[in-house]
Amino acid sequence: MSTPHLIERLRPGEVAVIAAIDRAGLDPQTAERLHELGFDEGVDVELLHRAPFGGDPLAVRVGNMVVALRCQMARLIEVETAA
Amino acid sequence: MTVAIAQPVVALVGNPNAGKTSLFNALTGSRQKVGNYPGVTVERKAGKLPLPDGRIADLIDLPGTYSLTPRSPDEAVTRDAVLGHLQGERRLDAIVAVIDATNLRNHLRFVLELRRLGLPMIVALNMVDLAERDGTKIDAAALAEILGVPVIATVAVRRRGLVELGAQLAATLTGPAPAIAASPEADVRLLQREARMIANTVTLAQGAQRRWSQRLDRLALHPVLGPLLLGLLLFCMFQAVYAAAKAPMGWLAGLVTQAQDALGAGMAAGPWRSLLVDGVLGGVGAVVVFLPQILILFFFILCLEQSGYMVRAAFLMDRLMARVGLNGRAFIPLISSFACAVPGIMATRTIDSPNDRLTTILIAPLMTCSARLPVYAVIIGAFIPDRPVLGVLGLQGLVLFALYIVGVLGALVAAWALRHSVTKGASPTFLMEMPKYQWPAPRDIGIGLYQRAKAFISRAGGIILISTVALWAMATWPKPPVGADRPALEYSIAGQIGLALEPVFRPIGFNKEIALALVPGMAAREVAVAALGTVYSLQGTDADHAEGLIERLRGTWPLPTALAFLAWFVFAPQCISTLAVTRRETGGWKWPAFMFAYLFAAAYVAAGLTYWTARALL
Repeated sequence: MSTPHLIERLRPGEVAVIAAIDRAGLDPQTAERLHELGFDEGVDVELLHRAPFGGDPLAVRVGNMVVALRCQMARLIEVETAA
Repeated sequence: MTVAIAQPVVALVGNPNAGKTSLFNALTGSRQKVGNYPGVTVERKAGKLPLPDGRIADLIDLPGTYSLTPRSPDEAVTRDAVLGHLQGERRLDAIVAVIDATNLRNHLRFVLELRRLGLPMIVALNMVDLAERDGTKIDAAALAEILGVPVIATVAVRRRGLVELGAQLAATLTGPAPAIAASPEADVRLLQREARMIANTVTLAQGAQRRWSQRLDRLALHPVLGPLLLGLLLFCMFQAVYAAAKAPMGWLAGLVTQAQDALGAGMAAGPWRSLLVDGVLGGVGAVVVFLPQILILFFFILCLEQSGYMVRAAFLMDRLMARVGLNGRAFIPLISSFACAVPGIMATRTIDSPNDRLTTILIAPLMTCSARLPVYAVIIGAFIPDRPVLGVLGLQGLVLFALYIVGVLGALVAAWALRHSVTKGASPTFLMEMPKYQWPAPRDIGIGLYQRAKAFISRAGGIILISTVALWAMATWPKPPVGADRPALEYSIAGQIGLALEPVFRPIGFNKEIALALVPGMAAREVAVAALGTVYSLQGTDADHAEGLIERLRGTWPLPTALAFLAWFVFAPQCISTLAVTRRETGGWKWPAFMFAYLFAAAYVAAGLTYWTARALL
């Protein structure tokens, strides 16, 4: 069983897999850059850190890379955890 | 039969932080600046690479980019160079695609995109030592076979694989490169999936990567400790600028005074002695003593840039930057501007949104650059008592830190105001790769410091010397008429300019010597100190040379004037280089003119407020 999730709701150390990216919610260039940084359906992600003063932006491990992005964008990425 | 190309052109292309510039420096013996954050290299750099067959290739280092679809001006340079659209540039004969062995999946995607161009290509599998340390094993032969291009394992910083790379290049560069195959447009997702498949196939063992990098981040990005650490780092930087530079600055100042005394005693009185003692030594000497402080500041900034901490700082600051309408990425050029606004403004090329970029350019001069350090240091040395605060901290260092903070706050307010007026528009999101931490390489730090010292000395010997001598001449002639009752300086050209400007600056507490020093200060900010040195040196007697500029100011300026002068320099727009680079980066005189006007107004208001507040309170 897998449950749909948002990256920002992941617990520290919890590894999830990207289920869907809402490309329509992004301008095409930003969506492309997200893929260039390694985001893609089927790739494993992990929430590493939240920024001080409100928890936005997030530092997310995606594959072998750590990427910083704001919650607003992270909400367009749906992830699944094996739970 | 193939005809060997006599002088082939080869470009290093790859993702940010793949180590292109390190490889470039190792291959060509160049000394380009390397760093550990996306956007260190913002323009193309060229060098000569001797090939084993005797030919010399032109090697080009290009800004890192994630794809051939550029998002920002620096990435556009790479695309244009690769596609042969760069004006006045020969077409590439081959590409060396530099990839980070510890991040194969992402970097291979760009290699696949580059391969579609059909240019001869070699893959430099860089940082294999870091991959091995993590326990990752990559089958380079298998990778070469799948990609259909040669793959050479390299460690740029340890010069591993360079000979092999050169030999492979010589073998590859046999005939003229074919025309670039159709447009490079490709579905990023397909390439991404192909890259992942290849990466999985050639990775024989996957190590536990970057554990210590992640452990460091747990501290550096901690919600409470992270910002404290950032504050502490910057604070230590400014304390060290004062504390550690004290002794070497004393030696340099002693040397200057000794030279003044020796020349003063050895030469007959007259214009030549005055030129050397008051003009050259009084002016240039007043600036040269600050070399140790500037080098200490650069040492800290170079370490921050090379370690990978800059992106962490951007992450921590994003929230705050969002409040004023920018994003965390803009924080990196701003920290670089602590060293000098010129590279800071050039570094804004990595910012994709034109409005964000313009705003960052306009506020960059508010970051206290190293050229302002001499000005601050002279005034602080003269008027702020050197006593400890809370046992360990120096009051002088504390005041210096406060001036930097005022500059940063001023920049934030200015950004907010600009984003709500002249640079209005949507703010793009914050999206940035966080590279793994790396130890700063002593060689690169040493090169950075050496280049800085050289630039500083040649500035002192160039523009500062010239403007100081010009000022000395203007402050010396014409001589006062016989029986003049006012100081000689007031009859000179410079004195008359000072007197003419004085009414403008009198309301904010500046005297005519300051008004006069601000004019040559336009050439470079340090010249303001040199100019004061010359003006006061000319007014003084021989005995006064011994006490130096700091003592002279202490006896001449009231405290509110000194504080107002400090406040002026937090905002002061005087720097021709900054205005010139702003003109180049914004493509016209409109924005540098605007920058000059708004900074002048801000400096005037800040100095005035400081002066009148200090007068009322003291």
